[in-house]
Amino acid sequence: MTNAYDIDFNDLQGLLRFAHGQLSEACFLLLKVIDPKAARDWLRTAPVTTAATANPLPERALQVAFTAPGLRALGMPAAVINGFSEEFITGMVADDNQSRCSEDVGNRSRRLGDVGNNKPACWKWGGAEANIPHLVIMLYACLDGLDAWQEQIQGPGFDNAFQLTATLKSALPGPQEPFGFVDGISQPEIDWQRSISTDRHERDRYSNKLAVGELLLGHPNEYGLYTTRPLLDPKSTPAAHQLPLAEDQPKLRDLGRNGTYLVVRQLEQDVPRFWKYVDGEANSDAEERERLAAAMVGRQRDGTPLVEPDSAPATGNADDGPRAKADQFTFDADPHGERCPIGAHIRRANPRTGDFPVGVSGMLTRLVRTLGFGRRHAHDDLIASARFHRILRRGRVYGPALTPEDAVKADATTDERGLHFVCLGASIVRQFEFVQNAWAMSTRFAGVSRQSDPLLGNREPLLNGEESNQFTIPQPDAPARCLKDMPQFVTVRGGAYFFMPGIKALQFIASDPSEGG
Amino acid sequence: MIPQSIFTITANIASGKEEGLRELLTSMNQAPGVADPRNTLLPFYQFGRLHGARFVIIEANTNDDLRAYGVEPGQWPPTLGFIGDIDGASDIFLAELAVRAGAGLRRIFAHCEGFDAEQTDLLAWMKRHNRRAIANYVNWRGRTVVQIREEFALGKALREQVLQVTKEEGSSDPRFVHRRLGEFVDKEIAAGRLSLSPPEPTPPGWFIGNIAHLIALPLVLMALTPFIVIGAPFFLIRLRMLERSAPENLLRPSREHVRNMAMQEDFDVTNQFNVFGQIKPGRFRLYTIRSLLILVDYAVRHIYKRGFLTRIQSIHFARWVLMDDNKRAFFATTYDGSVDSYMDDFINKVAWGLNLIFSNGVGYPKSRWLIKGGADYEEKYKRTIRRAQLPSASWYNAHPGLSAVDMARNGSIRKGLELANPSTSELRDWLRLL
Repeated sequence: MTNAYDIDFNDLQGLLRFAHGQLSEACFLLLKVIDPKAARDWLRTAPVTTAATANPLPERALQVAFTAPGLRALGMPAAVINGFSEEFITGMVADDNQSRCSEDVGNRSRRLGDVGNNKPACWKWGGAEANIPHLVIMLYACLDGLDAWQEQIQGPGFDNAFQLTATLKSALPGPQEPFGFVDGISQPEIDWQRSISTDRHERDRYSNKLAVGELLLGHPNEYGLYTTRPLLDPKSTPAAHQLPLAEDQPKLRDLGRNGTYLVVRQLEQDVPRFWKYVDGEANSDAEERERLAAAMVGRQRDGTPLVEPDSAPATGNADDGPRAKADQFTFDADPHGERCPIGAHIRRANPRTGDFPVGVSGMLTRLVRTLGFGRRHAHDDLIASARFHRILRRGRVYGPALTPEDAVKADATTDERGLHFVCLGASIVRQFEFVQNAWAMSTRFAGVSRQSDPLLGNREPLLNGEESNQFTIPQPDAPARCLKDMPQFVTVRGGAYFFMPGIKALQFIASDPSEGG
Repeated sequence: MIPQSIFTITANIASGKEEGLRELLTSMNQAPGVADPRNTLLPFYQFGRLHGARFVIIEANTNDDLRAYGVEPGQWPPTLGFIGDIDGASDIFLAELAVRAGAGLRRIFAHCEGFDAEQTDLLAWMKRHNRRAIANYVNWRGRTVVQIREEFALGKALREQVLQVTKEEGSSDPRFVHRRLGEFVDKEIAAGRLSLSPPEPTPPGWFIGNIAHLIALPLVLMALTPFIVIGAPFFLIRLRMLERSAPENLLRPSREHVRNMAMQEDFDVTNQFNVFGQIKPGRFRLYTIRSLLILVDYAVRHIYKRGFLTRIQSIHFARWVLMDDNKRAFFATTYDGSVDSYMDDFINKVAWGLNLIFSNGVGYPKSRWLIKGGADYEEKYKRTIRRAQLPSASWYNAHPGLSAVDMARNGSIRKGLELANPSTSELRDWLRLL
């Protein structure tokens, strides 16, 4: 049976459904619009990859997304742009700093941890107003196919329309990120069929299924609501006729529908520094080195989580295959972090919490916990429910690979390498920014102190001088082990917020604004 | 135990003096909106009983929203608010303020109507302008500034020492570690490097008053039960009628407004937050919010006084003050984390509690039965609250870098240390805190 909720995958960009894993080469072109008309003409016929399934799998792919200045440059009226979320409009480097302020960054940068060495003034792109890209074109191709694909895309018409400001070229991806850990295991499973309830009474425990509106604008999110996006009245904007109807307001057309926001951050990873630090803490014992690094990440290098797997997969997950097994766990049975430290990277990135803390089993316990009683330990119920703060990751690594064994050597190469972090979601503030601020960079995540994310932390001290460069590894029946004076391993080199439109919305963006009146 | 109290001094700003006042208050700051504790105008750091204080220029930015209800909004002149959270009685603290910071305060209050920098008796004036809060939440009743500082120092020293003990003595047996650390602390106290002041006696007047309050409200409620039972259906019918017809705010806060607040947020783990808005018109809403705030005050005074307010563990202080002949409400709080995570926490954990109070405010998202809906409309809620929010002109926090959870943990560390004969599981829990 088909219903009104069926997703039109032909209207979605492919990246929302697929990671293009079979396409091992990728590069992201950061562009400025130099001729709006030529740019619109090019975009109208751009070979954008959709989310419809294809057999055989495509051999190349192209996705496109725009920043707010980019939409402006293409001629979109301010009134329409103002329908997007505030953080998209003001951008990743929303500037509210005053000269009186000692740290020369704005509030958003403070929240994202983009201070100290991470501060936008030092970024390669996106940091200053002048080098915020207008759009990103993401190209993916099979092995040895990228050059030809790029040449074809940057053909006639392209150079008249756009100016290339930077190319983020990815390395051949293995399953590992540059530090050497298998990455990308935990991903939300999008509930395309709208099969799960978002009702608060039915979501006590962690589920990996995520309401489609947490990814796609114009569909109900985990609150059962529609996230803010521009809705247009076709009476005043005739060109809006080509857009899908707004599901919640059928008289209006939905520019956001089937689109999403895209966060791109260039994260440089100092691999030798990471492994040398860990090696030092391990007194150069290779086994201990692995153990400490795994504690910081929360997984062993092959992706095996440090906590015991659950007997059954979380709702929404497959129950076989190695990836499914590596994702089949919560931290419910490890409240003190004695298996996986509380501050470990994967615990911060996705604490796998439900709407209620562990132990709610009926009306009475529910009421007791709702009123705040019955906490089981000092740090019980400090972490928000995960389902409102999930992100879909589509990052790609860059730079030459370096094994941990080579990284600890004195002459380890120091080429730049890292991650082009890419994530998708319908609410930047509630998803990416929340995860980054309240979980990853927070020095108070789940009651920890003197530390932020062991991988991502900027190690900047707090206002009262307290350090943030430690990492606590709780031990059963003994005082916790504490790693100190951790240097910064990851440095932000660039970033921006984009809107990745649906296919019809892209056609609208690429249509002449003067025609629609 | 020394109970905490608050002061809320408000006064109209004299016409033409608002700009000058803003400049003066800004001169106290080390970062936007964040006071330098050692500023010369009001050297906050000198006040050993002051947890936090702030100056807010209370403006009715959302005044016109009342028109949606068919009611012409009244005037609200720009008002200076000076609020603080303290240990002990507020009158004593105000006297201390007048003595130690008289000159600076005079300069500030000289921007207010009816205050003469030369003539006015500062203390009498402050007392006269000190308003009563209808509800007041304190994260941990009885925990003084001194205690927080002493326990912070204790926690810090023990964290260092515990590693030393296990390394040098080669044993991490919990009972052994506990004993050794106890000896260490005794030595540090004797050497004057640590200090753990015993709790001060509870003021008898406060103690009796508190017990009377504990008993009185249930008695009154019991006496009123027949009326409540008879009245409830009428109340609920009227409530639903009003809830259905109440207009909602659909506007976003302006970019500039958000900027003014964002500019002063997130310099530290703790942030400040002020909201000022109108109560929905009519006596029904007024009586509802007053009754509910009295119940909230009862709950926070007698139940939620040990580190949590329902599921929320990140609020240091919060107060509700009715103003303008009960037509407006002012809410001010100090909390941990960024404003977005604070609002998310509330929406996902206590939307019902927010709705109870704030659904009586103009523009609040549609509520049902007083506890449903409302804050469940996540984005509408956040916008409405953020729109009604006011920046602080200058905010002082005596405990930078300390979250409410940190304070509770340091308190537990001390409690565990002082246990004469702890059980094995108590010892294990205690070691985890380090």
